[in-house]
Amino acid sequence: MGLDRRNFLKTMGVAGAALAVGKPSQAAGNKGKYTEFYGILYDSVKCIGCQNCEVACTETYGFPEITDTPLVGTERHTSETRRTILNVQETSRGEVYTREQCMHCNEPACAAACLTQAMYKTEEGPVIWRGDKCMGCRYCMVSCPFDVPKFEYHSSNPKIEKCTMCYERIMEGGIPACVESCGFDALLFGTRRELLTEARKRICAEPTKYSDHIFGEKEAGGTGLLMLTPLRPQELGYRTNIGNESYPALTKGFLFAVPSVFVLIPPLLLGIHEATKNKGSKQEEEEV
Amino acid sequence: MNQINLAAANENQAKSTWKFLLSELKPKGKIFTPFNIISFPIMITGLVLIVIRFWKGLGAVTNLSQEVPWGLWIGFDVVTGVAFAGGAYVLTFMVYILNMKKYHSIIRVTVLNGFLAYVFYAGALLLDLGRPWNVINPIIGNNFGTSSVLFLVAWHFLLYMIAQFIEFSPAVAEWLGAKRIRKILSAMTLGAVIFGITLSILHQSGLGALYMMAREKIHPLWYSEFIPILFFVSSIFAGLSMVIFEGSISYKVFFGQISEKNRHAHHEIIHGLSRVCAGTMFAYLFLHLLIFLHGRHWGLINTPMGYWYLLEMFGFVLLPMLLFFYGYRVKSGLWIRIAAILTMLGVILNRLNVTVIGFRWDMPVRYIPTWMEVCVTLAVIFTEIWIFRWVIRRMPVLRDPPAWAKSH
Repeated sequence: MGLDRRNFLKTMGVAGAALAVGKPSQAAGNKGKYTEFYGILYDSVKCIGCQNCEVACTETYGFPEITDTPLVGTERHTSETRRTILNVQETSRGEVYTREQCMHCNEPACAAACLTQAMYKTEEGPVIWRGDKCMGCRYCMVSCPFDVPKFEYHSSNPKIEKCTMCYERIMEGGIPACVESCGFDALLFGTRRELLTEARKRICAEPTKYSDHIFGEKEAGGTGLLMLTPLRPQELGYRTNIGNESYPALTKGFLFAVPSVFVLIPPLLLGIHEATKNKGSKQEEEEV
Repeated sequence: MNQINLAAANENQAKSTWKFLLSELKPKGKIFTPFNIISFPIMITGLVLIVIRFWKGLGAVTNLSQEVPWGLWIGFDVVTGVAFAGGAYVLTFMVYILNMKKYHSIIRVTVLNGFLAYVFYAGALLLDLGRPWNVINPIIGNNFGTSSVLFLVAWHFLLYMIAQFIEFSPAVAEWLGAKRIRKILSAMTLGAVIFGITLSILHQSGLGALYMMAREKIHPLWYSEFIPILFFVSSIFAGLSMVIFEGSISYKVFFGQISEKNRHAHHEIIHGLSRVCAGTMFAYLFLHLLIFLHGRHWGLINTPMGYWYLLEMFGFVLLPMLLFFYGYRVKSGLWIRIAAILTMLGVILNRLNVTVIGFRWDMPVRYIPTWMEVCVTLAVIFTEIWIFRWVIRRMPVLRDPPAWAKSH
């Protein structure tokens, strides 16, 4: 069943999801089923930096144990053995935690970049990586504006590592390991719509504590990971040069020109060839 | 009775073809030339490094990182190499589409050069793939990632290699003495040329379009939505400069193979090409100027990267353009060759500025290729030259085709 749906999406929805409209839920709706993208809400105001989420993630995926903690003045990053990371910084609102992981964009640059659809935006929302398709070209890494996909440079059978929003767990009816581990309401799992509503509710309830901006609501065409912050995202070092346009839109113009070039150029060339041909050239041609 | 005779004759022929091929495998010409002495150790070292790379992973040989996933092997071998291979489509356009017969004598060597460049630079791409055993996936549909520019580029590489092989194949048929096959292959040339030019327009620009999604990662002086057009236009003069450069070397090295008539034509050809180069470079410069003004990048000029940009534009585009004009006016092969070399350096500079130097230019630790990456790159280039030389010495590429091929 899962495979059927995937095939369906492959033929119909993916071009839309990855390239143009970004609403494969509507494509799926044609089949009589309406799915919304799932997402994760990270509330930086509630986060106390206990690292439960980091530990849960490494335990779920069998990565080496985490030994370092978020410290003011140091920056930690995700890597081929870390899918999610917390950082802390000293601000006017005291110590504020920030989170780094895959944003699960609505229209992911990585999935649009992937020439084998190994990097894949599922119908449910998580962006996953499929090893049986990936050729390891790392174009996803070049394209991702958040630098999320990580490559195992020291392996003869390298994988791309990134957060998958615990896709398998979701498909079995569960929730992502990190969200499950969080005891402080700093992480929430749900459909993107529910999460946006909840985020707005939190901002409205305590407007002095929250910045009036949900990072990920519009960034890069909207993302699955939504973040609430006590300060404006740019004050916390979030990438704000990203803009609200989806990344696949950047190559759309070029790709759309391809069919027209294929249709127009050959007859044009043939026409020029015929027009410039003179009597002697027939022989010349044979001579090649 | 008759049948037995026929079978015996067939067997005989097969045997002699086999013998011929075996004899052709042996080296012709001197073994201990300076070129061989330099290139051979590098090729062997490169081979060892390639083994290590597949055994221990890319990190063992390259300086690539999570932030800079594409380095010298993509930025130079593939992106720059393919630009230099552009001479084949430009020249086939001039000869077969515009029917400029003047350039006919160099068409084969240019197509051969282009074909080998694609084979080896696509080969270099394989070295860079982390999971090369899956390289067939976009071809067999596991899956067709049609939203990817790289999907387009990969397919085009494959199709263009086939088209170029068809364009070159009459020379192979002449070498083997296969008269009937040669006739069939020659008839396919025009179709292959038209298909090849269309493919080239798309994937030369496609190589630039690959970087469109890396908007924040490339220095704004080199990033614009017009990268594909700039890559396409510059591939014209990049390819032709390569034709001038390679043609001048071949003229010296393989002098004995070139007929009297074609020796004379060589100078005429170089003059003609210099004018085409100058014209396209002027268009290219003008495009750059428009993009620069449109992007309002004045503030970036007075920075180290700004000076670098000015060096590229004035030193390696404007200057060689003027030299091409000058060389054409005074009919000086020397100035034209100097211009061609400067242009080639400029194209290398431009491609590396987009793909390596300007890519993540703001990072505290910059990507610098290891000596091993450089060595493998050189090994790829030298291997290509070895094969090129092997073909030139055997097939009618520079020398005139055999008499039987001309007769009809």
